[in-house]
Amino acid sequence: MIKAVMVINTLGKPRLSKFYEFQPAEKQQELIRHVYAVLSSRPDNVSNFIRSLGTVFGPDTRLVYKHYATLYFVFLFDNSENELAMLDLIQVFVETLDKCFKSVCELDVVFNYSKMHTILDEIILGGQVLETDSVEVMRAVEEISKLESTTSAGTMINKSIPSWWAR
Amino acid sequence: MSGPTLLDSLFQRSLEDLIKGLRLYVGDESTFISKSLDEIRREIKSTDPQTKSIALQKLTYLHSIHGVDMSWASFHAIELSSSHSLNFKRIAYLAASLSFDPSTTDVILLLTNQLRKDLQSPNSHEVSLALNALYFIATPDLARDLTPEVFILLNSNKGSTRKKAIALILRLFELYPDSVRVCFKRLVENLENSDPGIVSAVVGVFCELARNEAKSYLPLAPEFYKILVESRNNWLLIKVLKIFVELAPLEPRLGKRLVEPICDHLKRTGAKSLAFECVRTIVTSFSEYEFAVRLAVEKIKEFLNDDDPNLKYLGLQALTIVAPKHLWAVMENKDFVIRSLSDADANIKLEALQLVLAMVSEDNVMDICKVLINYALKSDPEFCNEILGCILLACSRNVYEIIVDFDWYVSLLGEMTRIPHCQKGEEIEKQLVDIGMRVKDARPQLVRVGRDLLIDPALFGNPFVHRILSAAAWVSGEYVRFSKNPSELVEALLQPRTSLLPSSIKAVYIQSAFKVLTFYVHHYISTKGVITSASQGVEDLMHGRVQENPQFVRTGPVADSDTDDGGLNPMMLHRPVRDVSVESFEDMSVAHEWLSSTSSKVEPITEESIVSILNFVETTLGPLSGSHDVEILERSRNVLGLVELIREELLGYLVKREEDNDKGQRKTHEMIKLIAEAFSEELGPVSASSQERVPVPEGMVLNQNLADLDAICGDLGLHIPTSFSFGRSISSGKDDVTMSDLQSKEEVESTESTSLLAEHRKRHGLYYLQSQKKEMVYDDYPPANDLKTGNNADDEADDLVKLTEQSLFPKKKANQAKPRPVVVKLDDGDGPFIPAKKVESKDDLISGAVRDVLLGDEATTSSSRTKKSDKSSSKRRQKDKLDIDKSSVLKEDSKALENSELENAILRRSKRHSRGKEKKHRSTAKDRDEHEEGDKQKVSHNHGKHKSRQRADVALTLAAQSPVIPDFLL
Repeated sequence: MIKAVMVINTLGKPRLSKFYEFQPAEKQQELIRHVYAVLSSRPDNVSNFIRSLGTVFGPDTRLVYKHYATLYFVFLFDNSENELAMLDLIQVFVETLDKCFKSVCELDVVFNYSKMHTILDEIILGGQVLETDSVEVMRAVEEISKLESTTSAGTMINKSIPSWWAR
Repeated sequence: MSGPTLLDSLFQRSLEDLIKGLRLYVGDESTFISKSLDEIRREIKSTDPQTKSIALQKLTYLHSIHGVDMSWASFHAIELSSSHSLNFKRIAYLAASLSFDPSTTDVILLLTNQLRKDLQSPNSHEVSLALNALYFIATPDLARDLTPEVFILLNSNKGSTRKKAIALILRLFELYPDSVRVCFKRLVENLENSDPGIVSAVVGVFCELARNEAKSYLPLAPEFYKILVESRNNWLLIKVLKIFVELAPLEPRLGKRLVEPICDHLKRTGAKSLAFECVRTIVTSFSEYEFAVRLAVEKIKEFLNDDDPNLKYLGLQALTIVAPKHLWAVMENKDFVIRSLSDADANIKLEALQLVLAMVSEDNVMDICKVLINYALKSDPEFCNEILGCILLACSRNVYEIIVDFDWYVSLLGEMTRIPHCQKGEEIEKQLVDIGMRVKDARPQLVRVGRDLLIDPALFGNPFVHRILSAAAWVSGEYVRFSKNPSELVEALLQPRTSLLPSSIKAVYIQSAFKVLTFYVHHYISTKGVITSASQGVEDLMHGRVQENPQFVRTGPVADSDTDDGGLNPMMLHRPVRDVSVESFEDMSVAHEWLSSTSSKVEPITEESIVSILNFVETTLGPLSGSHDVEILERSRNVLGLVELIREELLGYLVKREEDNDKGQRKTHEMIKLIAEAFSEELGPVSASSQERVPVPEGMVLNQNLADLDAICGDLGLHIPTSFSFGRSISSGKDDVTMSDLQSKEEVESTESTSLLAEHRKRHGLYYLQSQKKEMVYDDYPPANDLKTGNNADDEADDLVKLTEQSLFPKKKANQAKPRPVVVKLDDGDGPFIPAKKVESKDDLISGAVRDVLLGDEATTSSSRTKKSDKSSSKRRQKDKLDIDKSSVLKEDSKALENSELENAILRRSKRHSRGKEKKHRSTAKDRDEHEEGDKQKVSHNHGKHKSRQRADVALTLAAQSPVIPDFLL
């Protein structure tokens, strides 16, 4: 199963984290820092797997990451998942984000915290991959947004970020 | 803190405002966060769900991204979850799933009803929110209470909902194994579904289940096989392959059927993920099918030659798996593997290293090690040590199975020590000592390497190699008879820089110096003894001759005094024992015959050299006799004592040069000889299990109450000071030396000082034995027998010697030594089982239930059991009815009833089984609660929809009856 999903930017700031086994907040932060330390020490153009994560995670925990622009997308999983399939799944996740946010950038991820979770929850439940078709995911997410806007107004997730804001 | 004012609500900051604020804030983030937290604390108390939800959303964000504690807000999340708005509900459930700790958040139970309501909601998004949240916050209680709802969802018309329910099932099984009995059948039915997404979800669940306990799922193999043959969905196929990897070892017939379709997939597929999974499946589980392995290796080659480092890495990984059984596969790709050692990617390097070592054999070990050491010198510290570790591991495998030339290997160990990044001190130390004890022929080389290490001042700087120095010191002390230049060793062992070493290692140094000195002096005395007993004239004659023609000495007659030298190496001692001149003293460090040059004719000079060594020892060790470290103190005093003794002897010799048979002198000779003999006693490796093989001596009750040990210990405590003052007050060299003599061997019985010491020993036997043990079982070899140390020490020592002789006597060909491999194998065998044991209880429960369900289909339960449970279940049904009457709820949902009937059918078969298990699994204190609640659940299950009111009533009635009910519970 998948044990955790993290999105960390290249400066080590977490943008999204989801642990499929309960971890206290401090432990979560520690794990993220640990993963970031490992990732940031790796050069580009090397393999996307990390096998020896030390004792922080379980012994057979493996990590797959992908580096997109300023973000690391990280999936942690055990050996009941296929490494290359996980790599594909990262691709699916990012594609979906791209569709949802119309060419996604780090700021979208920063400001649409809840929506990120909604998207992720459509793809993975309880560490199991349930949907790998980004169109399907998109459809579900949009449906939820629509439903939410009819039940309560005013809390719509706002995508419009002033251009001066980007930094 | 008061509630939020209207103003607060009106101008509440949204999550976006918070994030913006955080990004703009200059200075310490935590100040901003704590300010925001204050706001949130106020806002979250609002009665307005809008304000509340935004506050909760902000809090969740801070919790998840900035690690802020939000356990205090659990109740607010629960409150908000009952909102009708999907948006608020989503925020509430997200907060719950990210922050609730199932083991400590006690308000989770308050969510039970809300979750149940949402699981039954017609809105599929609400359902999936609830399913998702349930995964994160599920407790055993929650799992039990909500199993019926999830069970219904397993048949949901909506694919996405059904998938999610299936994925959640795994959690329910885990937390509440009895849910297997309810849901398993329907789960299996979903395997037949036409929607590949649903099948994929089910297979995913089975994949997880089979990983823990595969045996129970063997009956489902035909279904999985069907998927394997028919499906074209890569995700699905990967998972099915994963399941078969678990199943294959349990059912050998599976392989035959599976290999074909797997190879087909491998040939057909363009997806790398599936191709890799096929390869991995073949090499792990079907490596006996030659053609399949060939195909897999072909594919691996493709991977290796791909530009993608990921494929390269995975290809190497697959090779590692295939290596033990099909080494040819690695050999075919040898060049690639060696090249990969210098890859930029650390993953690839590590895998390549593993493979290189997999190729190591008796014939190529030297070449491969040479290559690897070169890589180690070039690479970064981390990888360098990785390499060293792997070499050490590979070479020492099965008691140095692949090493033929130990001289080479010992030199390699020495070489490793000099690699600047070397951090493998502990392992190298272990192997140096181990080889010393196991491999006789390697000893001369060990001493040579040890000497080189000892005299290298650069090594003191690296704390990681201190351990190796300790081994080098020990080796040179223990096998000093192979040394060409003992005096040099003494100097190296006592050089001032040793103060850089930790005290434990320094103690080893001093002890080794002691041994070397003893050997040196003993050698001097014994050869001198020979000479003096021979005719003076011959001596003079030879003196003259030798000076002119050293060659003569080499060919000269062998001294006959060596017969009583016992353990001393005859090879060295049988050499001509007279020689030459002072100049040789310097030169000889190169020449091979130095030892033979240290006596007889060059008396005055040799004496000088001895005196100079003695002086050196005294000056360096003098300050240490006041050391605070007991080990150092004790050992340096021993050495000083010896020095004292020798001085006396030398002096005596000079004065009474002509009187050879002076008694005191003889005695000293005798003693030094005994010490030297004691030190030259062979030390063999001791197996970890040797203690068990030492027979318990008669009259020794091992299970005896040790209460009177206190008295003994108290006694010892009292004596400690006396024992020290004893040594000090007398402070004559003789006593100290004989003490150390005894320490290693109790053979001195005639001399008077020994009788004194024997008495001393009697009183403080423990002390002596301890130091003796230190001698006998150096370092990593555990003491052979702790319990008996106080008692008959002599017997024990003999026993031990015999034992080591019998079983573990150092063998020339080390791989003949049996005990080690056995131990290793044991370890290997135990390893994988440990984790299995840990999860046993839970898996047992799940798989037990699964087996029951699966076998239940075939109705193979014993008649007696069926009868019994039939009876009980009918009884139970009556009870249920009774309860229903009491609680005066008569309406029943017919569908739910059906379900429960089905359940009962399953239950009937397995009831007793599960009860036993449950008892075992849960603490008795909790047991009763469990029963009660179990009943609650049962009943509530029967009455599908009218729960909330009814449940309370039922709980009441059942609580009263609980003593009668348990037999009929799950």
